[in-house]
Amino acid sequence: MTLKRFSGAGLIALVLAMLLGIALSTPSFHSAYAQAPAAAPAATDAPAAAAPAAPAPPACDAKTLEKCTPNSGDTAWMLTSMAIVLMMTIPGLALFYGGMVRKKNVVDTVMTSFAVTCLISILWLLFTYSAAFTAGTPFIGGFTRAGMQGILSDISTGIGNPNSLAPTIPETVYSMFQLTFAIITAALIAGSFAERMKFSAMLWFMGLWAIFVYTPVAHWVWGPDGFLNSANSDAKFHVLDFAGGTVVHVNSGIAGLMTALMLGKRKDPGPPHNVVLTMIGAGLLWVGWFGFNAGSAVSAGMQAGMAMAVTHICTATAGFTWMLVEWMMRGKPTLLGICSGAVAGLVVITPASGFVGPMGAFAMGIAAGIVCYWGCTGLKHMFGYDDALDSFGVHGLGGATGAILTGVFAINEYGGTSGLIEGNGAQIIQQLIGVGIVVGYDVVVTLIILKVIDLIIGLRVSEEVEREGLDYALHGETVQ
Amino acid sequence: MKVVMAVIKPFKLDEVRDALTKIGVQGLTVTEVKGYGRQKGHTEIYRGAEYAVSFLPKIKLEIACASDQVDKVIDSITASAKTGQIGDGKIFVINLDHAVRIRTGETDAAAL
Repeated sequence: MTLKRFSGAGLIALVLAMLLGIALSTPSFHSAYAQAPAAAPAATDAPAAAAPAAPAPPACDAKTLEKCTPNSGDTAWMLTSMAIVLMMTIPGLALFYGGMVRKKNVVDTVMTSFAVTCLISILWLLFTYSAAFTAGTPFIGGFTRAGMQGILSDISTGIGNPNSLAPTIPETVYSMFQLTFAIITAALIAGSFAERMKFSAMLWFMGLWAIFVYTPVAHWVWGPDGFLNSANSDAKFHVLDFAGGTVVHVNSGIAGLMTALMLGKRKDPGPPHNVVLTMIGAGLLWVGWFGFNAGSAVSAGMQAGMAMAVTHICTATAGFTWMLVEWMMRGKPTLLGICSGAVAGLVVITPASGFVGPMGAFAMGIAAGIVCYWGCTGLKHMFGYDDALDSFGVHGLGGATGAILTGVFAINEYGGTSGLIEGNGAQIIQQLIGVGIVVGYDVVVTLIILKVIDLIIGLRVSEEVEREGLDYALHGETVQ
Repeated sequence: MKVVMAVIKPFKLDEVRDALTKIGVQGLTVTEVKGYGRQKGHTEIYRGAEYAVSFLPKIKLEIACASDQVDKVIDSITASAKTGQIGDGKIFVINLDHAVRIRTGETDAAAL
């Protein structure tokens, strides 16, 4: 019954989307071509008229954002970053999570990452990019880029009109780069509800969450007029979040905890079916994270270099720390442990990369290994929620730890803001406010979304399906 | 005729096969199995959560042989599969009524 209803609604949505696509694409194509003929004759006539050669278009920079030429070095790095950040989700996160579930749920788990990638991309095109990353109000952006209309990409003169948030690269590249963040943030939540959520409910949840939680929060912290954006001089609070400690990790971790609480415990939790898949996933996440953090400089310069260095230092330190802590507490160093520690390190350094230096990253790596180990073992067992693959323990807790420690270890020379170690204790307060606001908003809106979906189609699979495995029951496929 | 069925530690398979080949065993069947005996299972820990693994992976061998060969086969397996540690496995001997070689239609002793 629910399946029928779902596919009916899906079909109607698809037809509506197609009509919308046609309606939107015509005017934007027109405007793009309308400019080309106007510019082209001028360019071809100029040499014939001898002397004054048409002046080369200006280079794009923070002050020149109209009809300018993007920086090819920056653009090359950002094209690369976009691709490897996408690799973090598919196949990186898919394998990281896929290895940790039982064999009977591995198809559902990896397909969740893949389906989220497709779904979030469509929403991004339609309006979430515009609502997050263009100017509007301090709380939500505008709709000037809905359907990605109005992006100038004129190849005849090599000019574009970049987003002011990434002035030296084409806006297409910036939009797609930011899309990969929106994708992984949603996909990360899946770690908490793995092995028991309906696939249809998952899709509704991910879509609504991306619209009502990710988009506004990304706008608050990163939008040109966001009220938490440290780069916005009119902002109410100046929260440092270089690559998404608050927007991505606190946000997804808290949403994950809410799903775990709403869904309840799994009936028959079991050990990971293949920790080697998890290790491959963790390796892909580590590599991709250089695009995530160093790419968040949206340029290929000094800040990207430092972001890359501190990302690697913190990750290696955190993986090693987790391994040592586990070895001391439990008697054996485990593969799952060292991989979890590395991911924890990546999470913790995310808000700080671009603001802290190498030794700060080293200290943050140690903190990541200890705090997140405790989050996945001590804290989880203390409260008894079933955060299946530890989205909250690693991302929620790690993201908050990173956000706060950014306020401690930020160095003015590297990122333009001082933290506690340079005498600016006030930054920690800003960081705490940022985390607090996001947590509060995320908890309320996520719970509302979950409640509505639960009432309409139900969140959880039947006990029978859960015991038999989601793969065959929901997807008709199995891994032997 | 008898079937000797042995459950052994997986890493001992090659040694057992070599030993059986030496005493003239012409063929055997191998199955990957799980089970428990006095060794019981063990506990695995993932991110602090303990999971009891109650069935351990073993290899099951089935060897059909003439009745007068059974003792030699048993001795050979016992010697080659033994580590002295708990979990080395067991040997069972079962009567075999009839045997046929599919290719030629030979039966019983000629089929072994």
